[in-house]
Amino acid sequence: MSLTASRPAEARSLPSRQLLGVVGRDSIGPYTLLRLERGAVDPGTPGQFFMLEAPGRLLPRPMSLCLAPPGELAFLIDAIGPGTHALRALEPGAAIHVLGPLGNGFDLDVARPLLVGGGIGMAPLPYLAEALGDPPVVLGFRSAGHAHAASLMPHAEVVFEPRLVTEVLPDDPGDVLACGPEAMLDAIGARVPGAQLAREAPMACGYGACYGCVVEIDGHYERLCVSGPVLRSS
Amino acid sequence: MTVPVLNASGCLDALTAPEVARSLDAFVTKTVTPLPREGNEPPRFAETDRGMLNSIGLQNPGIDAFVANVLPRLHELGVQIWVSVGGFSAADYASVCERLDACDAVEVIELNLSCPNVEEAPETAAELVQRARAATSKPLYAKLSPATQDIAETARAVVAAGADGLSLVNTIRALALDRRTLAPALGRGAGGYSGPALGPVALACVFACAQAVEVPIVGMGGVSSGSDAVALIAAGASAIALGTILFSDPAAPGRVRNEMAAEATARGHESAAAIRGAAHDIGVAVVS
Repeated sequence: MSLTASRPAEARSLPSRQLLGVVGRDSIGPYTLLRLERGAVDPGTPGQFFMLEAPGRLLPRPMSLCLAPPGELAFLIDAIGPGTHALRALEPGAAIHVLGPLGNGFDLDVARPLLVGGGIGMAPLPYLAEALGDPPVVLGFRSAGHAHAASLMPHAEVVFEPRLVTEVLPDDPGDVLACGPEAMLDAIGARVPGAQLAREAPMACGYGACYGCVVEIDGHYERLCVSGPVLRSS
Repeated sequence: MTVPVLNASGCLDALTAPEVARSLDAFVTKTVTPLPREGNEPPRFAETDRGMLNSIGLQNPGIDAFVANVLPRLHELGVQIWVSVGGFSAADYASVCERLDACDAVEVIELNLSCPNVEEAPETAAELVQRARAATSKPLYAKLSPATQDIAETARAVVAAGADGLSLVNTIRALALDRRTLAPALGRGAGGYSGPALGPVALACVFACAQAVEVPIVGMGGVSSGSDAVALIAAGASAIALGTILFSDPAAPGRVRNEMAAEATARGHESAAAIRGAAHDIGVAVVS
């Protein structure tokens, strides 16, 4: 399977970095929903991401927007390293710098959307589901414990390993919009040409400066932050 | 007179962040080589406690596509353009410099003599500068590695070979291991170390070179505040470049400039430029 940029990388102006207060943090299964005050920040298109300052760390961390409740921006955090642990530890009253929205989000002009998420890759799907009018959703997790995160999307069909989301995809899945581990996205892309796949990569800057987040697109290393993070299978 | 603020090569793309490029006194491109380069395999960077490692591997479109497609768009931004030049032999450096010599949009050529992430040219830094010098009449800055026995000696040699200025310093080769698997964190193994940890290393290099040669020095390495910039200026730098800080704070150029000005005022100077060389016991030769 090969990937193409979801749309041509276009010049757009860089948003200015804002200091946003922490409103709250909620446990969602094994993950943490970090809620920030929205301020004047544009929540952007579902699938776009923000660079969140991780207190005490040199580099910010890329996170796609999970939910945009009135006056807030909410991010789903899986604490796996020092940066995400620092984000999970944020308490109301603290404030962090936020840069975004960045990158290309999902194309919302779809006739029969089916949302597919794997693990923490479900992060952008609640905001996406809201934008698409609550379409069908399939979520896969590595364990029953992790599957508690599906509480964010109560109507979703949920599977966990050894069952895989690709095993429950309908024969004619329609317009698939997916986010999850690379193996899951590869499997979906191989089966569904034109699927919109939100990829993940470590990013130092998020706005094209560092060339650290490259993935192979059309046979070349391209910056995911500029050409993605939403790509299309071809 | 103010202290110019630039970006370190490879730490900003003026085409994806034109506002940031315009906030600089000059934009330094990512290194351009004779042929296109895909760069190194990911992972390409790793954060450490006091810095970061990168191994991008000089990903660039090559000099032909750069001159045809990139340079005209950079020129439209209206900011002074410095082009960083790299290669794998003296002939490589000379050929790219010769192409750029014909480009009016290019103000300065910076020779990347010290990328820690690719194979090095067999010639010495001075030989590379000498060949580049013969290929262009544009101002030539030599960007040196801090990983050398005697950087002052290298500085004297490249200036004697025709360098008009120095860019100090490049990243220094370092290694990070994934603490779980104990495998190298970067796809290529080692990488170039930058960020706050590089600050004192850069300071020592600028200090030593400022005593050795009388050409302008662009100081860089771990600058994240006006105070860091003022330290490099006191050591002998006449301009400052920002690298890793741009990744977390795209507004750093304006902020650092303001902080430098405030620190200069607090010290009773009109501009931070007046602080140049203050760290040296007996005044260092100051050139404009």
